[in-house]
Amino acid sequence: MSALLAPSGWVHLDWVLLVVLVWLLIGAAGALALRRLRLVATLLFPLSALCSLVLLVVAFDAASSVPEVAVLPIGLPQLPFHLRLDGLSAFFLLLIGGVSAGVSSFAAGYFRKGEGTPPGLICLEYHVFLASIAMVVMADDAYVFMVVWETMALSSFFLVMANHRIPDIRRAAYLYILIAHIGALGILLCFGVLQANTGDYTFANMRAQHLSPFWASAAFVLALFGFGAKAGILPLHVWLPEAHPAAPSPFSALMSAVMLKIALYGLLRVSFDLLQTRIWWWGVLLMAIGLASALFGVVFSTVQVEMKRLLAYSSIENVGLMCAGFGLALLFSAYGMTGPAALALTAALYHVLSHGFFKSLLFCSTGAVLHATGERSLGKLGGLIRYTPWVAWSTLVGVLACAGLPPLGGFVAEWLLLQSFLFTTGLPSSFLNMLVPVVAALIALVAALSGYTMVKYFGVIFLGQPREEKLAQAHDAGFWERTGMLWLVAGCVVLGLMPNQIIALIRPVTLLLVSGAMPQAGSGAGWLLVPVEAARASYAPAIFLLGVLASCALAYLLVRRLYHGRTRRAPPWDCGFALQTPRMQDSAEGFGQPIRQIFEPMFRMTRELPSPFDAEPGYRVTVEDPMWYTLYLPLAAFVERLSRLVGRLQQGRIAVYLLYSFLTLIVVLLVVKQ
Amino acid sequence: MSLLGLFSQLMAILAALLLAPLLSGWVNQWRARLQNKSAPGLLQPYRVLRKLFHKESVLAEQASMLFRLVPYVSFGCMVLACAIVPTLSTDLPLSPAADAMALVGLFALARVFVSLAAMDVGTAFGGLGARRDMLVGFLAEPALLMVLFCASMISKSTSLTTIVETLAHRELAIYPSLLVAGVAFTMVSLAENARVPVDNPETHLELTMIHEALILEYSGRHLALLEWAASLKLFAYSCIGLALFFPWGVAEADAPLALIMALPVLVIKLAIGGVLLALVETLSAKMRIFRVPEFLATAFLLAVIGLLVNILLGVG
Repeated sequence: MSALLAPSGWVHLDWVLLVVLVWLLIGAAGALALRRLRLVATLLFPLSALCSLVLLVVAFDAASSVPEVAVLPIGLPQLPFHLRLDGLSAFFLLLIGGVSAGVSSFAAGYFRKGEGTPPGLICLEYHVFLASIAMVVMADDAYVFMVVWETMALSSFFLVMANHRIPDIRRAAYLYILIAHIGALGILLCFGVLQANTGDYTFANMRAQHLSPFWASAAFVLALFGFGAKAGILPLHVWLPEAHPAAPSPFSALMSAVMLKIALYGLLRVSFDLLQTRIWWWGVLLMAIGLASALFGVVFSTVQVEMKRLLAYSSIENVGLMCAGFGLALLFSAYGMTGPAALALTAALYHVLSHGFFKSLLFCSTGAVLHATGERSLGKLGGLIRYTPWVAWSTLVGVLACAGLPPLGGFVAEWLLLQSFLFTTGLPSSFLNMLVPVVAALIALVAALSGYTMVKYFGVIFLGQPREEKLAQAHDAGFWERTGMLWLVAGCVVLGLMPNQIIALIRPVTLLLVSGAMPQAGSGAGWLLVPVEAARASYAPAIFLLGVLASCALAYLLVRRLYHGRTRRAPPWDCGFALQTPRMQDSAEGFGQPIRQIFEPMFRMTRELPSPFDAEPGYRVTVEDPMWYTLYLPLAAFVERLSRLVGRLQQGRIAVYLLYSFLTLIVVLLVVKQ
Repeated sequence: MSLLGLFSQLMAILAALLLAPLLSGWVNQWRARLQNKSAPGLLQPYRVLRKLFHKESVLAEQASMLFRLVPYVSFGCMVLACAIVPTLSTDLPLSPAADAMALVGLFALARVFVSLAAMDVGTAFGGLGARRDMLVGFLAEPALLMVLFCASMISKSTSLTTIVETLAHRELAIYPSLLVAGVAFTMVSLAENARVPVDNPETHLELTMIHEALILEYSGRHLALLEWAASLKLFAYSCIGLALFFPWGVAEADAPLALIMALPVLVIKLAIGGVLLALVETLSAKMRIFRVPEFLATAFLLAVIGLLVNILLGVG
């Protein structure tokens, strides 16, 4: 593979920069062809998908090669851009390339007519977003990191606001950029701590610094705050359920599948690579926050009534699980247990990859459903498996992967994570030993609840009877949408059936970060996934799938041969009550009601129940996020009170302002004189 | 993969397929006897299966392709589950393909597919059944996983065959964690197999159904496959319980004589287990549906306590 790339004398970094450049050119071309929808949709987006495929191939090849550095003379005179492509960057470039290939080709078929923002402008923002994401994972000093990080935040802000004529969408985008900036502040402070007063902001310098435990912990907490705000962990998650539904579906897909992971990339880079010390309570803190987010996310996703909000809360849950995996790896690494640390890290990174594919598939399916029916509320959908079969069967694969069911990719990640939990009895601290089975139990609970959510999602949208008459005119996905979704389906299946090959790609990352790796698959045992040793645990997804399929096929053939295959169609069972309407099916609220009842203290719920004396009886229930009322609104009120207090300084009279300038001058003179 | 291994694998699958309806019939017999009723006959489940296979399958007008696929998927999952649980022998070539966690995933896969099929027809009963079954499942699945973890911690492996081999070779001491986990496992298997006190398998009232509401729309060969899959599930759960808590009598590798002895031992163990199950069903009353999460949460907590006891005591 390298021989193919070598003749031109280029290294992988050069190829990635070429892809970034082509993306920016595509974006510029889109900006020039502002309202030409057909050009943008049928030429520019498919071209961008092609570039993503090139990026995927380059990242495959770069995963196992030596780190490459480059210095670009862009930037300020004394601060050029330092770039570095190592194993961790290559892995995330793999994710970016793989997911954006599917999403870009879906987006090619998604835009039918301009809604708010002209398509050419969306093309520009989209490609600036992709280019800045690719640059973030290659950044090797704090300056270029912050520049491309803010570019990523800004371009995604404009993408979220694509339908800017609707006030709710503007509000959601504003909340998003607010929390993104607060996070960026945390990241900036973290880099400030890491450079340890040397004035040199390159990552190479930061790696060489030896911080005291206090400052290292400060850097870690700042990084957790800053990158956590972008990843959407508790309690900085409030922007996620607003921004994801507001953005058009391809961008929600890209944000959820890729951007949240780039925040996790930042956390990994700081805590595993730039910080040389590891302290045990960092891992415990990360695990605790991850678990709280996961539980919160999954419980809230079960009670949602809108498609994309449900998926947004599910993303919070998955990010929480990844953080729990990273926290466990950090904990093991702090005690020097490199083998278990590598296992936990592999599990979390596998989850990163598989979540990228199945979540983008699910968001693309919501886009296809929205296009076919015009509805996004679960209460108005139903029975779409008959009218949009391509979308329905692709979504089934995504749903099974999201629920963590074998033999798809989500199960492999959960399996590896639970296997790594079984090692924790080797930890020196007995308190931690006891804590971890509880954590494993909670992870199992989260996984089971996500199965509940996914049955609700697929069943209410695609199965049953249509809840509105106009759903009978729903049209299936077009050619580009189908291509995108089938690519993502293929990704989910490959991640499920070929885990050893994917783990071979993750091996350089774990070697880099924790100096350990999972054992190599022995010869002839390439079909068996063995985390430690074969007697201890093993899993062969291909054999698993073959076993189930063989039993199904055998049963089918035997029944047809020995008996018969006659069927007859008849009306469904109605228990003698002939007046069955589609409204008698479970609604989205109804399906989530048992969970709502069990977890009632976690919600902030208002209910209006009908009484026998109402002239027009009605029922309404609203479920809200308690974080708003316990944390954000009091904080906002406090900030407002504080700013009103400070506002007393502005009297509006010139004499007072001159007095302020005079006082400041005296203070500055006194300070300078010292 | 030796010839004996292949033979024992096939024997395990065949034994499961043939004995599972017999186990259901045995439990029904004893339940009727304990309730002073006359029993329908030990081979009644076989007759029911034959009758259903002969009948034509009546599908609802709006049922989709998924509805027709699900009985085969559920049956295939249960056959694979019975193939990897060490019932007669631990020399199973298929067992490296799926360990204890994959077994739980297999049950979850079957449950998700049957719930989706129940929602497919679009009547009120299907949604009710799907919602209730997922409610039972979301707590039962982690509890089962924790019970299997307890056993894995003792045997330092999640592979079912290794667990059985380790537990069968220990001296007859009682592991405290397994005691607690055993109680949890009984509660979970009652819930997952739709037995009293969680669900009444003989009910005709739709509002009291959980498992029956899922398969209400099925008829003919589809219903036959789903009923067979349900009895296979009961068989698999009983065998998991026997493998974890009473593993003596299971043949090891390279012991053909032990394999022949293992079948009568299994039948005797299952017979005793069936009588105990019938006893539990007769002595308890069915719970309200919203008491079921409390019941399962108790099972879950007991399983977690079992794990903690294992770690605290250090020996199991």
